[in-house]
Amino acid sequence: MADSKDFIAGVDSNAKKSPRRIVFITRRTSAQVKAETEDQIQTFPEVLFRAVVAIEVLAVALVWISLMFNAPLEGLADPSHTPNPAKAPWYFLGLQEILHYFPPVVAGVLVPGLVVMALIVIPYFKVNIEAEGLFLKDRAQRLRIFYLVTALLCIFLIAFHVIVALVPTLIIAALMILASQGSPQSSSGFRRYLAARPLSYWVMTWFLFELVVLTAVGTFFRGPGWSWVWPWQGS
Amino acid sequence: MAKTLDRYFDDLRQTRVWRSIFRSGTGSSTLHRALVIQQNVFLHLFSTKVRTRLLGFSATWYLGSLTFGTFLILVATGIPLMFYYHPSVPQAYADTKDLQFVVSSGLFLRNLHRWSAHGMVFLVFAHMFKVFYRGAYRTPREFNWVIGVVLLLMTLLLSYTGYLLPWDQLAFWAITVGSNIASAVPLIGNKIHFLLLGGNAVNANALLRFYVLHCMILPLTAMLFVAIHFWRIRKDGGLYAHSTEPATVRAKAAEPSASGKTGGTWGTQAAPGAQGMAKEAR
Ligand code: HEM
Repeated sequence: MADSKDFIAGVDSNAKKSPRRIVFITRRTSAQVKAETEDQIQTFPEVLFRAVVAIEVLAVALVWISLMFNAPLEGLADPSHTPNPAKAPWYFLGLQEILHYFPPVVAGVLVPGLVVMALIVIPYFKVNIEAEGLFLKDRAQRLRIFYLVTALLCIFLIAFHVIVALVPTLIIAALMILASQGSPQSSSGFRRYLAARPLSYWVMTWFLFELVVLTAVGTFFRGPGWSWVWPWQGS
Repeated sequence: MAKTLDRYFDDLRQTRVWRSIFRSGTGSSTLHRALVIQQNVFLHLFSTKVRTRLLGFSATWYLGSLTFGTFLILVATGIPLMFYYHPSVPQAYADTKDLQFVVSSGLFLRNLHRWSAHGMVFLVFAHMFKVFYRGAYRTPREFNWVIGVVLLLMTLLLSYTGYLLPWDQLAFWAITVGSNIASAVPLIGNKIHFLLLGGNAVNANALLRFYVLHCMILPLTAMLFVAIHFWRIRKDGGLYAHSTEPATVRAKAAEPSASGKTGGTWGTQAAPGAQGMAKEAR
């Protein structure tokens, strides 16, 4: 061989942050070199330290809350004396709110079952992986489907008098219409942002909105017989 | 002062006993720091390095870590609570009252357990939505997302079973309302209801079942799943950062000049309007 050195060597080193890496690339069989190298930091001590500090801050906050506010404790359980209203823990009050409108099979079994199923399958759908702006392709057709679905949903909610859930639905629908009018070239940043939102974003955001509203209504606006009360009315 | 403390600590780490417990050896070289993670059963669930960008608050809001934090607090406060509690009727209520008024710091212990439980439910939801909005459920993380859903359900069940334990009116009726939903399942509803409560109504059997689930079965299962959850983050290539995903890296290599400085676009197919969508990448 004419050339005694049959390889090139490269060193990438930032000893404080990541281990020293030395690459040897032979001239004849050049290895594939990944283009992207991101700055990395060592888990010990830096990352663990940060996580511990975050948890400690949280712990201090919770300790403070525990010193200030006492956990509720009512009278001894009495099966013969039903409080009115009897409420589930707060995170189930959204569910209890729907239970007020629909038969238990629907509100108690079907809806939560579907929600869990829907959550599980999110990562297995290609649309959710690609996550393109909902109205950027086939705009006319997608708009038609969107109007149809929204209209059916609204009719359904009105038929069962679920005004509480109708309001978030309409707000999200309005935002989606706004999104359908925007494009990546829109002048306003907000429009561009909306236009780039994929389907999964809209569904999830609608779900989050409903979850928050229904839970808040169940918690603060429901009194005896699950009737509507204002929080300041007291019971 | 700090220096001398450090020195003492270094000396401690040199001792035979310390070295026999911790396999990673001494020193603060990069290698040693990697070994600290690799050579520890618990820490080896994590990767030895993390992309700096994902360490910032904005990437995850630390919500997963905080959820884990509440879980630790709940275990730490739950065990002493168990020392004072009998899962029987009506002793359970008397014990809870004693915790409020007799046991020293019992009130504080109970408060901390209670508020941390609420905090955990809130944080687990927040974490889920944060992961979703980052798009961090993408391949190969699908299954870790599913494990997450399992953890969400575990968290709700843990909180729900714990809710009955004080055996006061609040507990009794909340569980009555909740468990009645089980009866609505077609065909086998009443059977499930009976299985859950050990009877047709919330009674002493239900309390015992909820106690066993709350203090044994569910925490242990949750721990197992949390361990898998953490381990999968490492195995799935660390925390999700869009621009480091293989597809994106490939797309960038193919099209060198287009999105160089935006720090990643939404994907390989972001061709039209890549500019507008680039904002979306976190
Ligand atoms: C007990 C409950 C849970 C604990 C202790 C927990 C803990 C964590 C931690 C510490 C992380 C690291 C990054 C971060 O903080 O975001 C993480 C990531 C992740 N979590 Fe969770 N989590 C829980 C529940 C969930 C739930 C309910 C979901 C979704 C349904 C979920 C899905 C994920 C996914 C997909 C990742 C990976 C994110 C990435 O690769 O960037 N987790 N989790």
